[in-house]
Amino acid sequence: MAHFATPGPLRVMSGHVVAFRRMWKMNVMSSFLQPLMYLLGLGVGVGALVDRNTGSTDTLGGASYVAFVAPGLLVTTAMALAAGESMWPVMGGLKWQRGYHGIAATPLTAGDIVVGHGVWMAVRCGIASAAVSVALALFPDTRSWGLLPAIAISMLVGLAFAMPIMAFSITAELDGAFPAIQRFVIIPLFLFGGAFYPLSQLPVGVQWAAKATPLWHGVEVARWCTTGNVRWAATAGHLAYVALWALVGTVVAVRNMRRKLYS
Amino acid sequence: MPEPLIVASQLVKRFGDFTAVDGIDVEVQRGEAFGFLGPNGAGKSSTMRMIGCVSPVTAGTLRLFGLDAATHGAQIRRRLGVVPQLDTLDTEITVQENLWLYGRYFDLPRAEAKRRAAELLEFAQLTDRADSIVDNLSGGMKRRLSIARSLINEPELLLLDEPTTGLDPQARHVLWDRLYRLKQQGVTLVLTTHYMDEAEQLCDRLVVMDQGRIVAEGSPRSLIEQYSTREVLELRFAAGTNEAAAPQLGGIGERQELLPDRVLVYAADGEAALAEAHARGLQPESALVRRSSLEDVFLLLTGRTLAD
Repeated sequence: MAHFATPGPLRVMSGHVVAFRRMWKMNVMSSFLQPLMYLLGLGVGVGALVDRNTGSTDTLGGASYVAFVAPGLLVTTAMALAAGESMWPVMGGLKWQRGYHGIAATPLTAGDIVVGHGVWMAVRCGIASAAVSVALALFPDTRSWGLLPAIAISMLVGLAFAMPIMAFSITAELDGAFPAIQRFVIIPLFLFGGAFYPLSQLPVGVQWAAKATPLWHGVEVARWCTTGNVRWAATAGHLAYVALWALVGTVVAVRNMRRKLYS
Repeated sequence: MPEPLIVASQLVKRFGDFTAVDGIDVEVQRGEAFGFLGPNGAGKSSTMRMIGCVSPVTAGTLRLFGLDAATHGAQIRRRLGVVPQLDTLDTEITVQENLWLYGRYFDLPRAEAKRRAAELLEFAQLTDRADSIVDNLSGGMKRRLSIARSLINEPELLLLDEPTTGLDPQARHVLWDRLYRLKQQGVTLVLTTHYMDEAEQLCDRLVVMDQGRIVAEGSPRSLIEQYSTREVLELRFAAGTNEAAAPQLGGIGERQELLPDRVLVYAADGEAALAEAHARGLQPESALVRRSSLEDVFLLLTGRTLAD
């Protein structure tokens, strides 16, 4: 029987899949339950306050607060997951369990390892975003076919964070920087990245800082999808900017990985 | 005559200003078991990494299977098995999964990878631990799994970097037995080790490296014949008097060596040397005659001072 070569990144990915099979239930459950808590807490609590306040919904583009927050939850879930997956597991592959060195001894290359991990992280972001979408579909205000394209946008935003962070993690000597990235990059973006209120509420300087990162662009487009108000030309620009982060991150990560594994 | 499996000439590896391997020439024939011996920092692991095609050659040439390591790394790696100094096993998945997954990295079809995994479990005596998570295995089991995993692509050349370091004697003997079987099957073995008994057991031929250079080459037997005497007499004198006794041994055997706790006399006939020492009125607290070992050669060539 003819045997067609499996692309290297997919061979690398099968390793991640095998490990994930042992813990997927926990993972998917928490991806579902965590946004559900946010939805109940923010949607019911804060939402009641916002929606009753005259004029607030105008600022939110006519949507109810829950509907406004929903795509933010979707995309920030992917961002947080991607950030975590591109830090400790990458250092583990190089320094702790050293699995990447094991792969480097096979015909696979640094590019296969990086791209394989990237594809896997995108899949993980997709699974987590799908779990969030299930939670969102439970509520009439957030139920929408727009959730499907929003899942794809989440995956792309996940990569836009995962690949640059991975490029950094490959060269990091100690894992001490990782909690700092969580505290000073991921959490601030969660709070100030346009997920929970329009950026227009913030000082102009902070707005520009938020707009420089991929998160806001992704949330913006995901929100257009779920609220049924897509601006096509702007969508292309936003997504191209998000994709650029993923692409540059990948190129640097492959270079760093090659230097690390084949020195 | 076919080209040797490994041909390295004037091989150099530099990291910045530091020269790890300083112009070595090595040839390994198909089917041979070849050893790199040397103290820590001698350049053994750097050499092994170059041969494994995971470390580019700084200068000189390196050919494996007739292919240039600089340009055909992936093709060469396809035909190698590598047991690194530190295990690179996936500790969160099972023994069995580690094996067939590694086969997938070589693009073996899934069914073939699983078939070979089952065979290798048998070979490594790990069949009853097939479904254990690797994290829960003992050191010896992990090492056996590392070797089994390195065989999943049926390599023509197996590279082992300190395969038994840190293992108990039972585990070492089991590993030696497995390596011996591989050799009988025609697999070429290249290994590094700190253990002279390991080198004597496994290697047809070896080189001693020191500070990035090869300082001696030959079979274990020929190295002993060339660099040491047939026997060694070990004399222990009362505490603090070794130093005073040593000069009085002058002329006995071929050479004497003063150590902090004893004096060694290298001689063809150890008993005769001991009789001579007694005749000179020396009264050692204990005397032992033993055969010269590779360890004597190693210490002579690389010195007794710590390398790092």
